[in-house]
Amino acid sequence: MTRPAVPAGTEPADSGRVDADRADTDPTATVLTDAGPPDAGPPDASPTDASPTDVGPAGADPVVTTEQDGVGASAGEGGSPVGRGRGGPGVRAAATARVRATLGDHLRVVLLAVGLLVLVVISFGLGRYSLSPATVVRVLAHELFGLGGPVAGQDRAVVMDIRMPRILAALLVGAALASSGAAYQTMFRNPLVSPEILGVAAGAGFGASVSILIGLDTTLLQIISFGSGLLAAVLSLTIARVVGKGSLIILVLGGIIIGAMFNALISSVQYFANPETTLPEITFWLFGSLARASMHGLIVPAIIVAVCLTLLYAVRWQLTVLATGDDEARSLGVNRTRIWALTIGASTLMTATAVSVAGIIGWVGLVVPHLARFTVGPSFNRLLPVTALIGAGYLLAVDDVARTASSLDLPLGILTALIGAPFFVALLAKAGRQWL
Amino acid sequence: MAVIDPADVEVKGLSFGYGRGGHRITDVSISVRSTEVCCLLGPNGAGKTTLLRCLLGLLKPESGIVRISGRDIDTLTPRELARRVAYVPQSTSSPFPFTALDIAVMGRTPHLGVLEAPGAADRRGALAQLDRLGIAHLADRSFAALSGGERQLVLLARALVQQAAILILDEPTAALDYGNEVRTLHVVAELAREGHAVIMTTHQPSHALTYSNRAVLMRGGVVIADGHPDDVVTGERLSDLYGVPVHVTGVTLPPGHDRREVRTCVPIPAPRSAPLLGR
Repeated sequence: MTRPAVPAGTEPADSGRVDADRADTDPTATVLTDAGPPDAGPPDASPTDASPTDVGPAGADPVVTTEQDGVGASAGEGGSPVGRGRGGPGVRAAATARVRATLGDHLRVVLLAVGLLVLVVISFGLGRYSLSPATVVRVLAHELFGLGGPVAGQDRAVVMDIRMPRILAALLVGAALASSGAAYQTMFRNPLVSPEILGVAAGAGFGASVSILIGLDTTLLQIISFGSGLLAAVLSLTIARVVGKGSLIILVLGGIIIGAMFNALISSVQYFANPETTLPEITFWLFGSLARASMHGLIVPAIIVAVCLTLLYAVRWQLTVLATGDDEARSLGVNRTRIWALTIGASTLMTATAVSVAGIIGWVGLVVPHLARFTVGPSFNRLLPVTALIGAGYLLAVDDVARTASSLDLPLGILTALIGAPFFVALLAKAGRQWL
Repeated sequence: MAVIDPADVEVKGLSFGYGRGGHRITDVSISVRSTEVCCLLGPNGAGKTTLLRCLLGLLKPESGIVRISGRDIDTLTPRELARRVAYVPQSTSSPFPFTALDIAVMGRTPHLGVLEAPGAADRRGALAQLDRLGIAHLADRSFAALSGGERQLVLLARALVQQAAILILDEPTAALDYGNEVRTLHVVAELAREGHAVIMTTHQPSHALTYSNRAVLMRGGVVIADGHPDDVVTGERLSDLYGVPVHVTGVTLPPGHDRREVRTCVPIPAPRSAPLLGR
């Protein structure tokens, strides 16, 4: 079907105008008005009559013009009164495009994973003692898969003993924070939510501060920090349950209250800490760092994060449906209470784990989900794998900067904010109108 | 499209008390079957939406029975219920840029496994329903950026994807301009002819007169009239129900339509001798 250039409306959102355009060029497209059920059509409401008043200045918006081609393809030939003539050629073409889009999603995940792998290899080589990617690959191939010959002892030690735990920790913490941020954002239907929403980070920070104050070792510190992070979440949930009868808004407010309370407690611990010894240690811990990571210290966190990611993957679609609204999700058969419980449980566990390993690292859980949503759209089933991969890569890249930019190990939490904030502004400028 | 189940809704002696977000309804009994479009009419607070929410399983009635295609609603799991009853809200709002196709494909949810996400076949099915309503070209557009009428059609497409025999619509045309209102109601009437049972609330008595073959009038949570619109929706009843003078009259359509006469209602302008304002 050839279709003449249409004077398009200025705003694609105005349906009257779009319909009128359709009518101008292709009467069959307006099926519901003039080709509809026989008893239905009001004889004088021909859309062509309506168009002169509705059509805007010519050639206003290129987006609308593009959409017009879409109309020609699908509504023109395939479009039909209800119940008749489905699956015209336009629809088949569109459907094929859609299937391709699904394949594209898989491809995107694979490409991201490959990109992440490359970044990992490069990261192993970065540092005061730099290694070529080829050396890194040789070491990893020999140590992990028993391939190729042994490599010089020093190269092996740098890759396996010094950089391996830190790189694994970056991947783990980045994936955990980004995924829980995406899950919380979807669940709360609020793009401004971050993993700290229930006060988990402040709670975990308080546990760690106390542990440092009384001189506990790293393992105990991790356990106590993890526990107090969970305690904060439980307190927030209790407030929501008792005061708000399960309202999401009250839960957010409860999280803010509990977070503020634990932040005050952290400050009081710092006030009582010894300014020569424990105070700087507490402060540095709170800034966030992966320098403390050790292989044996990562085993339990890795298991927790793996289990939680699996849980989130299990609820990926039901959570997506919940993002459109409570009543609608329930009328589609979604068990809201169960999905909320699983999502909050998994996201909270992951956040507490991440904080107990790396300290307080903000922004990853807020920014990365937006970046992922920008790439694959808001459906959580597509969002989750992409978010986890981007989160892991983002934190690894930031940590590379943290440990190589200067002779000092820069605090990670500060860097994520310094890099994240302008990045977020750029992202908002590019895609903000879509979300807000 | 053939409707799989026999579609009928039976409500007997239904009462619901003061809960969250609802007005009281008392001893409501109605039954709606396949091919019927049942319009619920009544002033704000009459309990129309409360009744719909009971039918959707969103509210648990205090007493009374709701039967969906012969089965007590309490014996159906939420997923089983969702395969029989679809809800078309006035609109849906999400801060996230879901596409029209994303929204439509959500209708597949009760047919998927609990741990499953929709795949290419589900997306194709959803696209076919969008196409059926003439909006396949909107599939990739952001739902939030669509016009009210387009959104309503997308939500109807989602209900079709859901393959539920019973459609529940809560003021589907409240936010639409006149053309989209008429278009949406045509689709609804056509779906009923195909075998769906449709229950919708509306503030426009003429919707009941023009598009439905069943009208239920409610006030204060009680059904005060139930029957064919021609019998039930009269000027007297409407004047009484809404507290304003209304006249119902027949209009003869020009030749060339299979229906020659349509009834409609018009408000009776206030007499000049009794001004409402400035008393």
